[in-house]
Amino acid sequence: MKIHIPTPLRTYTGGLETVSISGATVDGVFQQLTVTYPELKPHLFTPEGKLRSFVNVYLNDDDIRYLEGKQDTAVTDTDELTIIPSIAGGINL
Amino acid sequence: MPTAIEEIVLPKLSNDEIARYSRHLILPEVGMEGQQKLKAAKVLCVGTGGLGAPLAMYLAAAGVGTIGLVDFDTVDASNLQRQIIHSTATVGKLKVDSAEIMLKGLNPFLNVVKHNTMLTSANALEILKDYDVIADGTDNFQTRYLVNDACVLLNKPNAYGSIFRFEGQASVFGTKEGPCYRCLYPEPPPPGLVPSCAEGGVLGILPGFVGVIQATETIKLILGIGEPLIGRLLLVDALGMGFRTLKLRKNSECPVCGPNPTVTELIDYDQFCGIAPPSKVGPLEVARDKAVGDHPVVDGIPQITVEELKRKLDAKEDIFVLDVREPHEYQIANLGAPLVPVGEVERRVGELAAQKNREIVVHCRSGARSQKAALVLKQAGFTNVSNLAGGILAWADKIDPSMPKY
Repeated sequence: MKIHIPTPLRTYTGGLETVSISGATVDGVFQQLTVTYPELKPHLFTPEGKLRSFVNVYLNDDDIRYLEGKQDTAVTDTDELTIIPSIAGGINL
Repeated sequence: MPTAIEEIVLPKLSNDEIARYSRHLILPEVGMEGQQKLKAAKVLCVGTGGLGAPLAMYLAAAGVGTIGLVDFDTVDASNLQRQIIHSTATVGKLKVDSAEIMLKGLNPFLNVVKHNTMLTSANALEILKDYDVIADGTDNFQTRYLVNDACVLLNKPNAYGSIFRFEGQASVFGTKEGPCYRCLYPEPPPPGLVPSCAEGGVLGILPGFVGVIQATETIKLILGIGEPLIGRLLLVDALGMGFRTLKLRKNSECPVCGPNPTVTELIDYDQFCGIAPPSKVGPLEVARDKAVGDHPVVDGIPQITVEELKRKLDAKEDIFVLDVREPHEYQIANLGAPLVPVGEVERRVGELAAQKNREIVVHCRSGARSQKAALVLKQAGFTNVSNLAGGILAWADKIDPSMPKY
């Protein structure tokens, strides 16, 4: 399935905006993502393996925090994951 | 949908105003009553920079009666690549004064209220309370959380916009039924994890794009028309010209806007964001990244001045200068030093093995990234690493005025 990588994290995916990763659940896909692009791991996950709180993950248009299965939600190849980090640019950006 | 303007006696429009706003008046969705609501409205623009510039200008054009401006900064030439409310003639002026000139020139019927101050927990409630809609165009996480919390506490809608390089986000927070900023991001990123403007850069048009979206949302809220972005996050990708909308939900456990709030007054946002308190003047991100040092040693790394580096180079001392900027910056100006971008230093430390016990001076554009790189080298066992305070900008300032500054 496709994962949309936000600009600040694209240096860790060789500049790619979209990457294709397979997995059966959201969590499975993320595990595979950090295996393929290990430099992403500390930016997405705490050392204990929890998703960092200033990073939001959307499965299609839904925030996974509000899905019943959360990270264990099953995914298909046509689903898309989007990672949204907080950004703050305004006056000086 | 309900309008942001409470039921009051709406102000009359003069013949001149009617002529000016004719294209609004002939729209059924606006009409006389809508234009009067705009005239009655008071909108606070927090920040008169990249986002605030187009935002305030379109609100003025639309006939918003009172626009408040919050900014403590002065106009710099590098702002003019995107902050179109300012001009070459106003470089050096206070941004609020500069903005007022443009806004009044566009619409003399406008009442401009200038708040030449940094927004803090001590003054935010007092400043925000008299406005109907708040438009957040700030550039740092502390103020975003501050504005969000103040809007929820005061029950004011917050037309939010933010940008980074080529991407933007927009939403409306702070309404009773909708989520707030903390529902989306309960905690800020630790300092240094998300690059600041000086390191990130931005395509000039991008804040123009997102600022006008914020103005649109503000006007929709005032008029009570359309579907404001309450409960939705608009993502803008300028390079792909893609727009996506994601669903935002009110977090039932939100400490600010939830049914059991634990944040019932404004807090210390610097502490919340893990940042040392900002200096009284100057852009906040300088203090945040600890770029400028009068201190000879910062976090165990000696800070060396450009004069000292010049002296060492002239005396042909055995030093190794390392440039940690990006390749495209090297092309603008450089000191002829080998280049290893800051994000690659840790990985490429092996290439520098021969320099392990030599004196190394690390430099970047302004001294922030080079400090980070110096720490990485120190941790990798390099024994004699200093940071060039002020970076290549200071070199261009004090040693080589023919060198371009960027």
